[in-house]
Amino acid sequence: MNIFAYRRMKNQLASFAALACVVLALIPLVYILVMVVKTGAPAISWEFLTSRTVGTGGPGEGIGNAILGTLLLVFYATLMGLPVGLLTGIYVSEYGNNKVGYTGRFFNDLLANFPSIVIGLLAYALVVNFLRFGFSLFAGSVALAIIMIPIVSNTTEEALRMVPNSLREGALALGVPRWKTVLKVILVNGKGGVITGVLLSVARIAGETAPLLLTAFYSSYWSSSLGEPVASLPLTIFRNFNSPSKELLQQAWGAALILILIVLSINIGVRLFLGNRSGKKKVVKNWKRRLSLRT
Amino acid sequence: MFSWRSSGADKFFEYGVMAIGLSTLVLVWGLVLMMVNDASPSIDRFGLGFFIGMQWNPNTEIFGALPFIFGTLLTSGIAILIGVPLSIGIAVYLSELAPPWVRQPLSFVVELLAAVPSVIYGLWAMYALRPFIAQSVEPFFMSFLGWTPLFQGNAVGLDKFTAGVILAIMIIPTIASVSKETMRAVPDSQREAALSLGATRYETTRIAVLSYARSGIFGACILGLGRALGETMAVTMTIGNANSISWSLLDPGQTMSSLIANNWGEAQGLQLSALIEIGLVLFIVALIVNLFARLMVGRIMRAVPATGGGL
Repeated sequence: MNIFAYRRMKNQLASFAALACVVLALIPLVYILVMVVKTGAPAISWEFLTSRTVGTGGPGEGIGNAILGTLLLVFYATLMGLPVGLLTGIYVSEYGNNKVGYTGRFFNDLLANFPSIVIGLLAYALVVNFLRFGFSLFAGSVALAIIMIPIVSNTTEEALRMVPNSLREGALALGVPRWKTVLKVILVNGKGGVITGVLLSVARIAGETAPLLLTAFYSSYWSSSLGEPVASLPLTIFRNFNSPSKELLQQAWGAALILILIVLSINIGVRLFLGNRSGKKKVVKNWKRRLSLRT
Repeated sequence: MFSWRSSGADKFFEYGVMAIGLSTLVLVWGLVLMMVNDASPSIDRFGLGFFIGMQWNPNTEIFGALPFIFGTLLTSGIAILIGVPLSIGIAVYLSELAPPWVRQPLSFVVELLAAVPSVIYGLWAMYALRPFIAQSVEPFFMSFLGWTPLFQGNAVGLDKFTAGVILAIMIIPTIASVSKETMRAVPDSQREAALSLGATRYETTRIAVLSYARSGIFGACILGLGRALGETMAVTMTIGNANSISWSLLDPGQTMSSLIANNWGEAQGLQLSALIEIGLVLFIVALIVNLFARLMVGRIMRAVPATGGGL
């Protein structure tokens, strides 16, 4: 065969192979979405969303307590993780051009890549074992907060770094104290990126399972007290996924549908509504690169 | 000139921010020591023998980690073997071949793969991937690799093979997007030089892009490995949970993380501390892998965002 034709053919084969890889990787995504929607949708009803999981698979059971549990866990985790992550990000970006800042950033990045089950063990060691809270909503929220902190602080840092230095200089030249510059000029200008990071981290922790298994455990009752075990959507799926009872399995698929709706709507919403301006898009890209996408 | 008051407030703000942010970080890392403390009964009892122990028996209180280390390495190995070629293909397509208008949306869709919670991967794997693998993929491999120790037994689907495949799917977005970023970081002059010498697109990618970015791509694979080693739920749901060592991919197994997830509820005393020790091993392995990956990716991606940052 002619060498040019051979090279052209090789080129085309390679392009085709690369495209095939993309298609092959997208099959699971589409398959998962279709399957979760198709199998989960029949379970959804008002009663399903508002009654608790008894665990017997009888009529009138639902995942209301798991939805409430997931909301509470995410709420308390955000309450703890958001301020800490935000302040760490501000420090690293605005005051962090020194050894302390570099060290902090380094350990923060490593924390972001801990396997989530290890974070569950850390929260267990602190809250369940040391503080003697036992398996509880509080322990689960601490675990999720630890996952949230590096994500929020990395996004905050990236977002604040996007704010041009001329704004800092301008504010300081007007005699504005530096702390006021940070809060009223820099943070305000970088808020799109910060909000993006917070929302994505919420989507991330809403789907975490392993750390909750180790800390919040599970409850089939309506529990909202900080000191008691609590149900959550991911754990409802895990408990029921292998159940011989059709009703319980159906519960798992229903919970999966609700969970995937929450997670994907946040991800897509952030992309559509906050990702339009190039700076913010870059923020998302940068932190995903740094966190190696451990979403 | 700053007045005394405003510079005082500045110092207060700076140190306050530093104290809250960094003290939490110190606290979290300090928790690792607390984990060591929780694991100490098991560390004292088994010493280094823990790593070569073959048994996990709560009745006789003899615990060894070898089957789980083995399971973790084997499933992650399968994941890398399947995931890496696919991911590099995706990265090449997204960075070199795709028409500009599909790049952004397509990258986003690939990244969505990373947003799906792992418990949902597990659920899907149980009811869609497992039957497919048991009926088509495993018999296929058994038909021509059945003589090797890797494919002995029956094709059931609740085994290390399925766990490895689901892990491969889960690490694809990590490897693909980090590789893509490192390929994007290759200067265009490299590509132009190859093209001007008459190279085809494929040859350009191979000569100019892949070889230039190879340390970054290697780092991306190591990051993917790190994710596969620590992944818990999807593996727990598909690996079949057997505390024994078997080379056959068609036999059920157990990884370090799935062992923790499976036994957490009922573990007490020495077993609990042995589980925490397993978690500690997992932590150390993940830490080493990540430090290594950081080194490799950092070599090509030195670029820290240029604008802004503290004055």
